[in-house]
Amino acid sequence: MADTSYTLQARGICKYFGEHTALQDIDFALRPGEVHALLGENGAGKSTLIKILTGAYHPDAGEVLLEDRPVSFRDPLHAQAHGIGTVYQEVNLLPNRSVAENLFLGRQPTRFGMVDKRRIEREATELLARYGLDDIDPRAELGAYSVAVQQIVAIARAVELSGKVLILDEPTASLDRNEVEKLFEVIADLKARGLAIVFITHFLDQVFAIADRVTILRNGRLIGTEPLTEMSRTDVVRMMLGKDISFSGGTSAVGEREVGELLVSFRGTGRTGSLQPFSLDIHKGEVIGVAGLLGSGRTEMARIMFGIDPADSGEIRLNGTPVSIQSASDAIAHGFGFCPEDRKADGIIGDLSVRENIVIALQGKLGWFRALNRDDQLEIAGRFAEMLDIRAASPDMPIKLLSGGNQQKVILARWLATDPGFLILDEPTRGIDVGAHAEIVRTINRLRDDGMALVVISSELDEVVAYSSRIVVMRDRELVAELRGENINPSVIVQAIANQSDEAIAS
Amino acid sequence: MRRHPLMRILNAQTVALAGVLLLNWFLFPGFFDIAWQDGRFFGSLIDVLNRGAPVAILAVGMTVVIATKGVDLSVGAVMAVAGAVAATMVVDGYSAFTAIVVALAVGTLCGVWNGLLVALLDIQPIIATLVLMVAGRGLAQLITEGSIVTFSDPHLIFMGTGSFLGFPMAAVIALVLMIAVTLAVRRTAIGLFIEAVGINRSAATFAGIRSRMLLISVYALSGFCAAVAGIIVAADIRGADANNSGLWLELDAILAVVIGGTSLLGGRFSIPMAVIGAIIIQAMNTGILVSGFPPEFNLIVKAGVIILILVLQSPIAQQLLIFSRRNAGKRSTP
Ligand SMILES: Nc1ncnc2c1ncn2[C@@H]1O[C@H](COP(=O)(O)OP(=O)(O)OP(=O)(O)O)[C@@H](O)[C@H]1O
Ligand SMILES: [Mg+2]
Repeated sequence: MADTSYTLQARGICKYFGEHTALQDIDFALRPGEVHALLGENGAGKSTLIKILTGAYHPDAGEVLLEDRPVSFRDPLHAQAHGIGTVYQEVNLLPNRSVAENLFLGRQPTRFGMVDKRRIEREATELLARYGLDDIDPRAELGAYSVAVQQIVAIARAVELSGKVLILDEPTASLDRNEVEKLFEVIADLKARGLAIVFITHFLDQVFAIADRVTILRNGRLIGTEPLTEMSRTDVVRMMLGKDISFSGGTSAVGEREVGELLVSFRGTGRTGSLQPFSLDIHKGEVIGVAGLLGSGRTEMARIMFGIDPADSGEIRLNGTPVSIQSASDAIAHGFGFCPEDRKADGIIGDLSVRENIVIALQGKLGWFRALNRDDQLEIAGRFAEMLDIRAASPDMPIKLLSGGNQQKVILARWLATDPGFLILDEPTRGIDVGAHAEIVRTINRLRDDGMALVVISSELDEVVAYSSRIVVMRDRELVAELRGENINPSVIVQAIANQSDEAIAS
Repeated sequence: MRRHPLMRILNAQTVALAGVLLLNWFLFPGFFDIAWQDGRFFGSLIDVLNRGAPVAILAVGMTVVIATKGVDLSVGAVMAVAGAVAATMVVDGYSAFTAIVVALAVGTLCGVWNGLLVALLDIQPIIATLVLMVAGRGLAQLITEGSIVTFSDPHLIFMGTGSFLGFPMAAVIALVLMIAVTLAVRRTAIGLFIEAVGINRSAATFAGIRSRMLLISVYALSGFCAAVAGIIVAADIRGADANNSGLWLELDAILAVVIGGTSLLGGRFSIPMAVIGAIIIQAMNTGILVSGFPPEFNLIVKAGVIILILVLQSPIAQQLLIFSRRNAGKRSTP
């Protein structure tokens, strides 16, 4: 036992869900002052391991040690009391409480026995400023803010609670570069203070930028724990997938290609208080990438296009004829599809089965009375589960029991099943592993070649560049630039996003 | 995945029903005796079905409302309104058929009103339906002009006291309604949509489900069911009593749905199980009556059952259950 002592350690952990083995004999140990990346494919068991370490689940075998003493946390709150702060993959804050309340829930500073509201709000503002969120109203409802903001609030809360260990399960899935940088500064600071940090992500760049050691799981089994200094990107991927994949086509732009006829056109479409009127023509066989910072109006644009927040100005034409889109069901009736960003709130229907979650939008399109029977549903669900490699023990299992990445694939499948003419994807690869990521980029390319029109919002510029025929840039709730051809490359996009004057290459 | 049909019948509800019935038999040995007389069956068991019918009918509508994460507190009052409408109309010389149709329409309209408050104004269901729970009884009193309107129209009375193939009419209506609504939601996509809206309304809306239309329909169905129950109760006593018709029955209906395994948080639902829940409640009532205990026991026993169910459904109990299952068969080391 010459080894250093560990802050938190798990030994021989096993976890079974019915017949399914989620974890088999896992050893995992955290040193003080290290950033430890936990990697693996979708469904490998990362989140399950985290939940066991923090008392959200109880292991079927094995033990957890905190500073060399065996512990058995009753629940995450108990773990928190021992200095372990956690951000779970599915952020579980209270959307209808204020930002400040969410930050301080359970440890509010009191004055004369009452919660000191003003102090909470002041401290909340200071706290969030450290993460680059200066324009957040701490009194506003948390649910009113984007997924990214909610994620940052969850991180800030966990950081405040963590005295020994901070665990982050895909914290950067919907953050863009600036926010990731801010987060990394905070992590570096905690690391210097001797905390152990667990970091789960599917972005290998981020792993190499910040982690010291890496533990890799595959199919619920431990593949290994290694110092990152001795590993290359290819090594990591090989350990994760058990095979090599090529990273080709990463940044090769699609370029000026022939597009089909005009499908949808937005003319001066906008919504007061949400988005300035914008005009955009979308052709068949075309992918429009949407770039912009957090809060620039990307998601708002998608919501208006899809009728979730109907436009109050301008007009929308489909194949040349004006159409009225006042609700999602109007949009779907016109062959639109929209895969939203907030998987938990707007995507999954937790207690319904994977099969029902896949067919629900198609069934919505068919209406109340043309019901797909069970066999139809199984056939459709099976087809898309295979196409997107959805890993579920059974198509009848509730979707909420799937791993995060597999849930995301189900939502994608839901929209592909409606066979849309025009598909809007808001952060489609959120939480998707490296192998599946390449597959989804390929799928987008294939759909485009089949003549579908797509609008894709993504914070990952490399990805946007890989499939976009055109890129529109949003800033301050306005469409400010349109990039084509040569200009579709990450550096121009970054410039266009940041540019204060509108000298960007308008079409 | 499909289980043997016999196994599918065997679940918490049917076991509970069997338990209550056996207990009744134990307390009152003649409980299962059934006699044939004047072209119809008689006996305690038939009595349970007959008396349980109004709550069973309410439970049919209440189940779908609760499945959408709502609740309908107004059903008792809507029963009074529908009974009042039917009674005053036959007294005023309209045919029983017209009176029934109008009463059903009025009940459905009450439901639509609830649905509009919930779906369009986004008022919380418990508050939205509280409005009609209070106002409905006032409305019923206005219709009956404050008195108990008695009638003797044989067709209307038949709805409450008649029989069909020897079975009480009320029970037959409840059965038909249960089967019709179950088929209507399960053979179409409506059941799936109801569950989707109840579990995650936002996600259901994104998936193109017209959740407003659905919510209005669901409350309308609940209003319709309440009207059916109201007509039966009025027909049974040959009079419309605005003050007492359906009083507190909304609570029995909610209890029946919960016993039937539908969560008050919405989502997965079963109409037949809710109907069995209603029969369980009535079997307890009857059991206490026939066994000779004072009827006050009824409320205490019911309260006990509610507590038991709520405790069993609570997260702590669920955890304990899982915990004991995990530790079963192996010694746990602390
Ligand atoms: N409560 C549960 N009941 C049944 N199966 C479960 C449950 N929780 C997780 N699983 C299964 O365990 C496996 C591991 O899931 P986990 O969430 O740990 O994956 P993950 O590595 O975090 O994946 P991702 O990258 O997609 O988030 C999956 O196959 C999942 O379906
Ligand atoms: Mg996960």
